[in-house]
Amino acid sequence: MPRSVKKGPYIETKLLERVVEMNSRNERKVIKTWSRRSTISPEFVGHTVAVHNGNKFIPVYVTENMVGHKLGEFAPTRLFRGHGGKLADKRSKVR
Amino acid sequence: MARIAGVDLPRGKRIEVALTHIYGIGRTRAGKILESCGVDPSRRAQDLTDEEINLLRREIEGAFKVEGALRTEVSMNIKRLMDIGCYRGLRHRRGLPVRGQRTHTNARTHKGSRRPIAGKKKAPKK
Repeated sequence: MPRSVKKGPYIETKLLERVVEMNSRNERKVIKTWSRRSTISPEFVGHTVAVHNGNKFIPVYVTENMVGHKLGEFAPTRLFRGHGGKLADKRSKVR
Repeated sequence: MARIAGVDLPRGKRIEVALTHIYGIGRTRAGKILESCGVDPSRRAQDLTDEEINLLRREIEGAFKVEGALRTEVSMNIKRLMDIGCYRGLRHRRGLPVRGQRTHTNARTHKGSRRPIAGKKKAPKK
């Protein structure tokens, strides 16, 4: 079930503040965040956000198309290396 | 022959069912269309007059996205997901279920029919 429209989208307050501040100073810096649950709002467009995937930070360059998705959707938490022997090894390298 | 939105309607079926042969129209929509056009849903497709067919055609082509246009929209939506590299897009790329279903078993609709794994023996029947 989607979130109630009445509440508006959820964005970590600190994260949004930092982005807005960077926008006002015309700055482009990579922001590290653990807040995978934050919705991407239009203010984020053009920034690079390093989203934690449980292991390391995945740099995500935000484009217009991504608005409305959550940050976590762009930093996969699982790495599937395939089943089986040699064949699977090759496949995982391609990806 | 009744031809709406580039699809031939089957002649012998009730019009409310015949309309569902158009991609993008199911039973609910078919019912609503017939109601707004004032056509009896239980009449057969072949019994409709040209006027009534035209009325239906105008209603459908005016109000809904059907057939080609709808198919393009759906595939564009999927393409968008794949291009932005989000989780749902990745699942589409790999041909796995997108909405968090289990893949240990089942998931055959999206994965397609089973591919045999080399070297795996069938369990002996009891």
